[in-house]
Amino acid sequence: MPGQPTSTPVSRGAASTAKTVLQPDDIARVLDRIAHQILEKTHGGTDLVLLGIPTRGEPLARRLAERIGSFGGIEVGLGSLDITLYRDDLRSRAVRPLGRTVEPAGGVDGKLVILVDDVLFSGRTVRAALDALTDLGRPRAVQLAVLIDRGHRELPIRADYVGKNLPTSADEQVHVSVAEIDGADGVTIAAGEEN
Amino acid sequence: MTPHGMTPHGMTSHKMTPNETTSHEMTLLRGARPLGGRPVDVLLADGLIAEIGPKLPVPDGAELIDAGGAVLLPGLVDLHAHLREPGREDAETVATGSAAAALGGYTAVHAMANTNPVADNAEIVEQVLVLGRQAGLVDVRPVGAVSAGLAGERLAEIGSMARSAAAVRVFSDDGHCVADARLMRRALEYLKPFDAVLAQHAQDPQLADGAACAHEGELSGRLGLAGWPAVAEESIIARDVMLTRHTGSRLHVCHVSTGGSVEVIRWAKSRGIDVTAEVCPHHLLLTCDLLTGYDPVYKVNPPLRPAEDVEALRAGLADGTIDAVATDHAPHAPHDKDHAFGDAAFGILGLQTALGVVISVMVETGLLDWAGLADRMSVRPAVIGRLAGHGRPIVAGEPANLTLVDPAQRWTVVPGELASLASNTPYAGRELPGRVLATFLRGRATVAGGELVRSRRPAVTGS
Amino acid sequence: MARHLLSAADLTPKEIGQILDSAEQMDAIQNREVKKLPALRGRTVVNLFFEDSTRTRSSFEIAGKWLSADVINVSAKGSSVSKGESLRDTALTVAAMGVDALVVRHASSGAVQRIAGWVDCHVVNAGDGTHEHPTQALLDAFTLRRRLGELTGRHVVIVGDLTHSRVARSNVLLLRSLGAQVTLVAPPTLMPAGVASWDCVTSWDLDATLAGKVAGDVDAVMMLRVQRERMTGGYFATEREYAASYGLGPARLDLLPEHAPVLHPGPMNRGLEISSMAADSPRSVVLDQVRAGVAVRMAVLYHVVAGADEPAGLAGAGVAG
Repeated sequence: MPGQPTSTPVSRGAASTAKTVLQPDDIARVLDRIAHQILEKTHGGTDLVLLGIPTRGEPLARRLAERIGSFGGIEVGLGSLDITLYRDDLRSRAVRPLGRTVEPAGGVDGKLVILVDDVLFSGRTVRAALDALTDLGRPRAVQLAVLIDRGHRELPIRADYVGKNLPTSADEQVHVSVAEIDGADGVTIAAGEEN
Repeated sequence: MTPHGMTPHGMTSHKMTPNETTSHEMTLLRGARPLGGRPVDVLLADGLIAEIGPKLPVPDGAELIDAGGAVLLPGLVDLHAHLREPGREDAETVATGSAAAALGGYTAVHAMANTNPVADNAEIVEQVLVLGRQAGLVDVRPVGAVSAGLAGERLAEIGSMARSAAAVRVFSDDGHCVADARLMRRALEYLKPFDAVLAQHAQDPQLADGAACAHEGELSGRLGLAGWPAVAEESIIARDVMLTRHTGSRLHVCHVSTGGSVEVIRWAKSRGIDVTAEVCPHHLLLTCDLLTGYDPVYKVNPPLRPAEDVEALRAGLADGTIDAVATDHAPHAPHDKDHAFGDAAFGILGLQTALGVVISVMVETGLLDWAGLADRMSVRPAVIGRLAGHGRPIVAGEPANLTLVDPAQRWTVVPGELASLASNTPYAGRELPGRVLATFLRGRATVAGGELVRSRRPAVTGS
Repeated sequence: MARHLLSAADLTPKEIGQILDSAEQMDAIQNREVKKLPALRGRTVVNLFFEDSTRTRSSFEIAGKWLSADVINVSAKGSSVSKGESLRDTALTVAAMGVDALVVRHASSGAVQRIAGWVDCHVVNAGDGTHEHPTQALLDAFTLRRRLGELTGRHVVIVGDLTHSRVARSNVLLLRSLGAQVTLVAPPTLMPAGVASWDCVTSWDLDATLAGKVAGDVDAVMMLRVQRERMTGGYFATEREYAASYGLGPARLDLLPEHAPVLHPGPMNRGLEISSMAADSPRSVVLDQVRAGVAVRMAVLYHVVAGADEPAGLAGAGVAG
C-alpha cells in the first residue's frame, strides 16, 4: 500500500514470524469463563445489555450473549456500538466507512451495559465508545469485557472482564481472528511495524 | 476621465489630411520577401514604397532594417474590433487597442459601434476617429450603428455618419442582430447612395436569445448550458442574402461560425449576390469541447462550434467563400468574466494573436499561401470597407502600409504581456508562429524590432 | 473521497455504496433524543445559496447541525451579478472567513465547479443551474434501495422536463453507476440536446414505457416537475394536454408493477405532472425522499468534509477497530 514503511507488512495469521497465543479451543474456554464471570459479578444479570464494538467485538458479544443465555437461562440485550465518529483521530486520518450501531429492543437507559471488544490497548477505542454511549442514552452502569488486554494504556481505562492478559512491546502486533469474519478463531502476536 | 495611452499634443478637432501623418523618414528593408516571394530590398520614403529591387543602396539618413528573409505583407486590415471607448475604458481604450493592433501587424482597424454611448451619430464617430488619430498607431475606422441605440427599431443617422469626417462606410448593430425583416430591408436600401455595406451579426433572437451561450448539441445538453443552435445564424443569413438580391445592395456577414452558413454564402455568391463574409481566428482554431471546464475565457458570440464546422470554415476561407479574417477583438475587465459561464461577458481578444493563429491554421497547413493570407487579411477587407491606401499591392508608388513578419520565429502568448488592457485570451500558454518584426503606417514604423514605437514626434505638423 | 462533491459522476460505485451505507447509520439518529453526532465538531459549514430553496437549504442546515458543525446560511441571491460583484469575489469573501466547507446552490450551470476552483475549502454542489444536483440523486437512490434492495439491473423511468432538470442528469449518472437501467420519457421539445449520446433509453411514449414495451418491466418511476411557464416557450401546448400525455394519473399508475414506487423531487404540481391520487397513493415515496434528504446529506458532509485530506484512491482504506 502506498505510504507504508518498506518492511514486509504482516498479513493476518500468515506471517512467518507470527506466534499463536490462543487456539480456537482456548478462545471457546475463555468466552465460557467470561460469561460465568459476568453472571457472577452481575448477580444473575437481569438488566444486562451487551454492545459489541465493530468489527470483531460484534461476533464476540453475540457469542457471550448466547452463553449467558444458556448458562444463566436469561435473555440478554444485544447490540453494537460503532465508534468511528467518536475517534479522537477523526480529523487527522482519512474518512472511514461507518460501522453499524444497533440498539437492543429495550434500549440502554437504566441498563447495565457491557462493552465488548477484541483487544484493549491504548484505551482510546473504549473512551470513544463511552462518548458514543452517552449520545445513545444513560445506562445505570458501564463495564468492559475484552478478549485480550495487551497493556500500554494511554488513558485511565481498565477492563472488568479479561480473556487473557498478553504482555507485549508497543511495536508488536496482536491479531485476533474470529470465525464469523476471518474464517477461523485465533490470536497471534508478531513483531513488526505498526500498521 | 481615464488616461489615454498617448498624449494629445494639444490637438483640437480639426480635419486632418493624410499628409500630416506621413513620415518624412526613409527606411530601407533589406532582404524582405514580399508575399513570401524572393528576397528583395524595399525602400520606403515620404510615406510611399519608393523602390523595390535587389541590393538597393542605402540613402543618407535612411534607417536600415535587416529583414533577414522575413515575409513582407500589406498592413493587415481588421473589419471588426471592439475598442470599448467611449464607455468601457476599464476594459480597453482606442489607444491600447491600437497598440495591440499594430503589434499584431495591423495598419487599419474598424471600431464597432456598440460603445457607450452608442456610435449612432456623427458626433460619436468623429470622436472615435480623433481618438484613433491621437493614438497614431493604426487608422481607426469607426463603424456606425444601423439602428438608433442598437435597438433594432428605427434607422440611425446613417447619412450623417457617412458624410462626417469619419466617412463611415461600414454599418453594423454588432452585438445585436438586425432581426426585424422590414428594418433590414430598409437599411439595405438606405445604404445604397453611400457605397456602404451593412455588416450583419446573424443571430435570430427567437432561436438564440441573450441567454444562449454554447453551441446547441451534445455538450450543451450534458453541461446544462443554454443552447445557441447553428440554425439561428444560418436562417438569418439565408433571409439576408435574399433581401440583398431583392434590394440590389451589399451585405457583409460578421463572424461566420457554421458550415451551414458557409454553404448558404457559397450558394449566394454563385447566384451573383453581392455578399461578403468574415471569419474570426478563434472559430478557425478552437472547438466547443473546450467548454467542459465552464471557463468563460471560451465564451464568445457566436459560440465555439464542433470540429466539423471548424473544418468547413477553413475550407471556406481557403476557397474564398469567406472573404476575410476579422478579429472581433472583444476585451473584458476580469470581473466581467469571473462569473458562472452563463453570467459572464461574451468575448475573446484577437488583434495581437490573429496573424499567428491564421499562419498556424491556414499557411502551415498549406490551405493558403502568403498571397492568399494577404488577400484575406488585408486586400479584401480594405475593399469591403472601402478603405483607400490599405491592402494595396506591394509595388513602388503605393502607400507604405506594410507589416514584416518572420514566420520562423515563434512566441508564447502570455495574457499579462499583451498590449491590450484586458487579458481574456484563450491562447494563454500557446505557442504561435510568426513574430511581427515591424509595422509601417504610411512609411512610419509603429512597430520596430518587434516592439511598439512610442513616437516622440508630434502627431500634427503644420498644415 | 475527493475534495468536493460537484457531480454524481465524481463518485465511484464503491463510494456511492459507502455514502448510502453511512446514510443508513445516520438515519437512526432521527429517532434519538439527542440528535447529535460529533463527526464535524469544530468545523464550519456555510450554505452559500445564490438561488432560493427553503427545502434543500434546511435539509443541509439540519444535516450539518446534527453532525455538530457550526452552520451559517448566506443568501447571496441578488448579489454578485446584479451588484457588480464578481462570483469569484463573492465566493472568496465568504471562504476567507475560515470555513471548512461551502454548500453552494446557483442558478447557472457550472458555477459551483468554478467556485471550487477558486476556494481552498471543500465544496458540495447543492444544485447548479440545469446541470447537476448530486445529493438529490443520492437520496433518490437511498430511497429506491430501501424499497427495492440492490439497484443493479433495476429499471427506473424518469419523466418530465428533462431539458431543464439537474435532477434528471444527476440521476442518470448515479443510477448507471449503480448498474440500474434508465429510460427517459418526455415530448421532443423537452428532451435535452444530444440526449441520444446519454447512457440511457429515451421515449416519447409514457404509456408504452410503463407497460414495459419500450425497455422492459419498470421497477420505479420518477416524475419531474414541469414549470407552467414553459408553455410560453412553446415547450408544450396546454397543461391539459401535457397532463393527458405525460402526467401520472390513475390509468398509468395501474400500468406499473405492484412493487414499483413513485418518486418526485418536489415541489409537486398536483394535476399537471402527477395526479393527487398518485402523489398520495401507497406507492408514493415522496415523504421518504424528504426524510432521506437529511441522512444522505449528513453522509455526504461526513465523507467529503470530515477526516484529513487524502490523495484520490485511498477512500475507505482505513479499518475500523
